Amino acid sequence: MKKTDWRIIAGTTIVGVVCLIWLFVSGGLIWLALEESERAAAAVAIGPRIALLFLMWAVSLVAVWMVLGYLVRYFMTAPARLLENAQVLLGTDVKRSLVPDGSPENKKLTELINQLVEQREALREEMDQRVQEASRNTELEKNRLAALMSELTQSVVVCNLDGRILLYNNRARTQFRALSKAPSVAGGVELIGLGRSIYSVFDRKLVAHALENIQHRLQRGAAMPSAQFVTTTQAGQLLRVQMTPVRAVKIPEEGSDDAPLQTNEVTGFVLMLDNITRDFEEDSEKDRVLYSLTEGSRAAIANAQAAVEVLEYPDLEPEMRERLLCVVRDEIHSLGKRIEEMQTSSANSLRSRWPLEEMLGADLIEAAIRRIEASLPVKASTDQVDTSLWLKVESFSLLQALIHLAGKLQVECQVQTIQLRLQSNGQRACLDMLWSPLEEGTKAVIGWEMEQIKVGTETMSLTVQDVLTRHSGDSWVEREAETGRAFFRLLLPLATPQEELAAGTFLRSESRPEYYDFDLFKSSELSRSLDDSLLTELTYTVFDTEATGLNPAGGDETIQIGAVRIVNNKLLYHEFFEQLIDPKRTIPPETIPIHGITPEMVKGQPTIESVLPAFHTFAQETILVAHNAAFDLRCFQVKEKATGVVFDHPVLDTLLLSAVVHPNQESHRLEAIAERFNVTIIGRHTAMGDAMVTAEIFMKMIPLLAEKGIHTLGEARAAAQKTFYARLKY
Amino acid sequence: MSAKVLIADDEQNILISLEFLMKREGYQVSVAHDGQEAIDAVAKDKPNLMLLDAMMPKKTGFEVCQEIRSNPDNADIIILMLTAKGRDTDMAKGLALGADAYMVKPFSTKELAQKVRELLGAAG
Repeated sequence: MKKTDWRIIAGTTIVGVVCLIWLFVSGGLIWLALEESERAAAAVAIGPRIALLFLMWAVSLVAVWMVLGYLVRYFMTAPARLLENAQVLLGTDVKRSLVPDGSPENKKLTELINQLVEQREALREEMDQRVQEASRNTELEKNRLAALMSELTQSVVVCNLDGRILLYNNRARTQFRALSKAPSVAGGVELIGLGRSIYSVFDRKLVAHALENIQHRLQRGAAMPSAQFVTTTQAGQLLRVQMTPVRAVKIPEEGSDDAPLQTNEVTGFVLMLDNITRDFEEDSEKDRVLYSLTEGSRAAIANAQAAVEVLEYPDLEPEMRERLLCVVRDEIHSLGKRIEEMQTSSANSLRSRWPLEEMLGADLIEAAIRRIEASLPVKASTDQVDTSLWLKVESFSLLQALIHLAGKLQVECQVQTIQLRLQSNGQRACLDMLWSPLEEGTKAVIGWEMEQIKVGTETMSLTVQDVLTRHSGDSWVEREAETGRAFFRLLLPLATPQEELAAGTFLRSESRPEYYDFDLFKSSELSRSLDDSLLTELTYTVFDTEATGLNPAGGDETIQIGAVRIVNNKLLYHEFFEQLIDPKRTIPPETIPIHGITPEMVKGQPTIESVLPAFHTFAQETILVAHNAAFDLRCFQVKEKATGVVFDHPVLDTLLLSAVVHPNQESHRLEAIAERFNVTIIGRHTAMGDAMVTAEIFMKMIPLLAEKGIHTLGEARAAAQKTFYARLKY
Repeated sequence: MSAKVLIADDEQNILISLEFLMKREGYQVSVAHDGQEAIDAVAKDKPNLMLLDAMMPKKTGFEVCQEIRSNPDNADIIILMLTAKGRDTDMAKGLALGADAYMVKPFSTKELAQKVRELLGAAG
C-alpha cells in the first residue's frame, strides 16, 4: 500500500482550516449584524441543521483531497520520478529509454533526456571503438617490434635509468648464459630477466660513465649520440657494449602537423652486446703474427743487408766472408720459414680492434680530473690543454689507466698534486700527467705501465701498456729539464674533429620483445619502502621445493627447486628456475611416489652448495612466495652455513593468504585452493608444477585481498600474521 | 785517439757486420749481447757512441737508454738507436727517452756509417 503523500494531507488540512475560519468569520460577522429577534430566528433555523454544514465541509474536503492528489501526481511526482531516473542514467552506464509521464512539458523533457542518452551511447561506442583500434595498433606495433627483435643477431637489452631491464631478446638471453658463473645451474636466468638490474652484470660506474658521455653529446646537440665500452665480466668474458639513449618524446600540440620530437631528456638506454672474448684472443694472435711479419722481418732483412754490404768490401778475409755468407743464408732461410708459418695461419684476417670512439680531448681531461679526485686523495688540475684536439679513445679503460698511475704516484712517491696536459705533436696527441718528484730521477716509476691496472680494490686484467697498445699508442716517463717536473706521457691517436657522422644507424624500430615490459618504465619508485608498495606492482619469485622428508633439521635434504617470476602482475612463463639437487644421501623409497624423483635422477646433479646461491641470485630484489613457505625457508635456513647465502627476502605464504581470503573454508591445501580458483593442476608435486600453481592462485588472490582492503605488501603480511595458521611453528 | 763505440744487439747475425763495419771505420769497438750487458759495459768503459738495439732480452733498449741518461756523467754518450719497430710512436719514445738519433731496420750500412761519423764529428 502506497503511503499517502504528505503534501496532499497538508494541502487538504490547510484548505479545511481556511474553509472553517471563513465559515466562522462570515458567520460571526453576519451574527453581529443581526437584530436580537433575527438572531433568535437564525438560531432556530440553522441550529438543528448545523451538522449539515459540517458534512458539506467534509464532502468538499474529500473533493479537495482528490484534486490535490491528481495535481501532485501530475505536476510534482512525475518530474521527481523523471529526476530520479535521469540521475540513474547519469550515474551509471545503463542504457534504456524512459517512459514519458505527467504533464506535456514533462513528457517532452523525458523525450529530450532519451535523446541525450542515445547520443551519449553513440559517442561512447565510437570512443570504445577508437580505443580498441588504438590498442590493437599498439599491440600490432609491439608484436612487429617483437618479431624484428627476435630476428636480430645482436643481443639487445633495453633498460630504464635505474638499470632495470625492460626488454631483451633471445640472443641476449643466450649471451648472458655465457656470462653466468653457474651456467649449468641457472643458465643465465639469474642475470637477465624483466625488472632485473643490469648492474649485476655490468659495473654501475661503467654504465654511468657511458651515460654521462651521451648526456654531454646531447647537450652539444649531437643528433644520434651513442657510447661504447669494453668490459670484462665476472666470468672473465670480454664484452663490447654499445649504448644508445632512449629519449623522451615531446608530443606536438594538437592541430599542428609536426612529428613527435625527441627531447634531450634520457629515459633509458639500449645496450647492444657483443661477446668479443674470442675476437680479442684472435686479435692477440693477429698481433703476434703481424709483429713477426713486420718487426721480425725488419731485423732479419737488416742482418742480411748489413752482411751483404760488408761482403762487397774487396779486402775481406776468406773466414769472414764465409761467416757473412752464413748470416745471409741463415736469415733468408728464417724469412722463408716465417712466411710459410704465416701462410698456414692466414685464415685470420685483420679485423676488429677495440672500439675507439671520438671524444673531445678537453672532455677526457675534465673527466680524468673528476675521476682522480673522486677516487684518490690527490689534487688534480689542468696544465695546458689544447681544446681543439679530438681523440680516438676507449675512454673507460684509459681513465682507469690514469687513475692507476695517479694512485701509484700517491702511494709510492707521496705525490699530492698532479697536472694534466694535452697537446699535439703533429700526428698524435700527447696526454701528460705531470708531477714534481721529491727525488732526482724517474727510476722509481719505471715499469709501472707494465703492471696490471688497479683502481680501488679492483684489478683489471690489462696493463697501462695494454690499454695504449690497443690505442696504437705508447707511454713512457719523461722529465722536463727546465721545470724539474716529471711526467707520464701517453701517446694517443687523434680523430678528425667532427661529430656524429653516421646518423640513423641505430635500429631502434627493429626488435622483438619476446621479453618486454614497457610498463616498467613507469615504476621507478623503488625508493618507497617495500611495505608500502602495492601488491600489484611488486616483483615476485614464486617457488616450491621437494625434499627427502619433512624434517630439514633432522637431516632431510632438498632435492629439487622450481620457481617462476611475476613481474608487473604478469606471470613470466619463460623466466623460470628448475633444478634437481644431489642430496648426498639416500632418497627414502616411500617418498619417491610423492615427488617422483629417483636416486638416478639426482646423480651427477649439482649440490645444494652451488644451487642455493644461484637461486638466491635468481630471487634477488623480489618477494618470495610459496605455499607453506615456512617449510621451504626452514630448509634453506638449515643450509645457511654451508651455502653462505641468507634468504632474508620479504615472504608471502599462499597458505596464510588463503586463510585470509576464505576464512570459512576448511582446507587450505594447494589442491583445494586450486580447485576453488579453478586452476588446472599440471605436474603436481614436481617443484616446478607446484610453483606454477602457486603463482597462478597467488595472482588470483591479489584482487580478492584488495576487496578486503589489503592492497600493500605490509598489509598482506600483517593479515597473514593474524590468521590462525600463522601460529603454527615448524 | 779513436772514438770508442759500443754495439748492443742480441742478434749475432748483425753484430758480425756491425763490428766489422765500425772497426773498419777506425773505431775501438766493444759489443754487448743484452741490455744488462750494455749497462755494465758503459759503467766499465764509457764509450763515445752507442749503437743500441731497442728490442733486447733482460732490458730493452728504451730502458737502457733511460738508465744511462739518468746518470749525469753519461750525458755526453751519443746514443743511436737501431730498431725494427718502425712505428712513429716508437721513434717518439726513443727520442724522448734520450736517444740522439734513431734508425729503423733495415738500414743501409753506408748510411749508418755516415750517421755515426756525423754524430761523432758534431760531438767533438
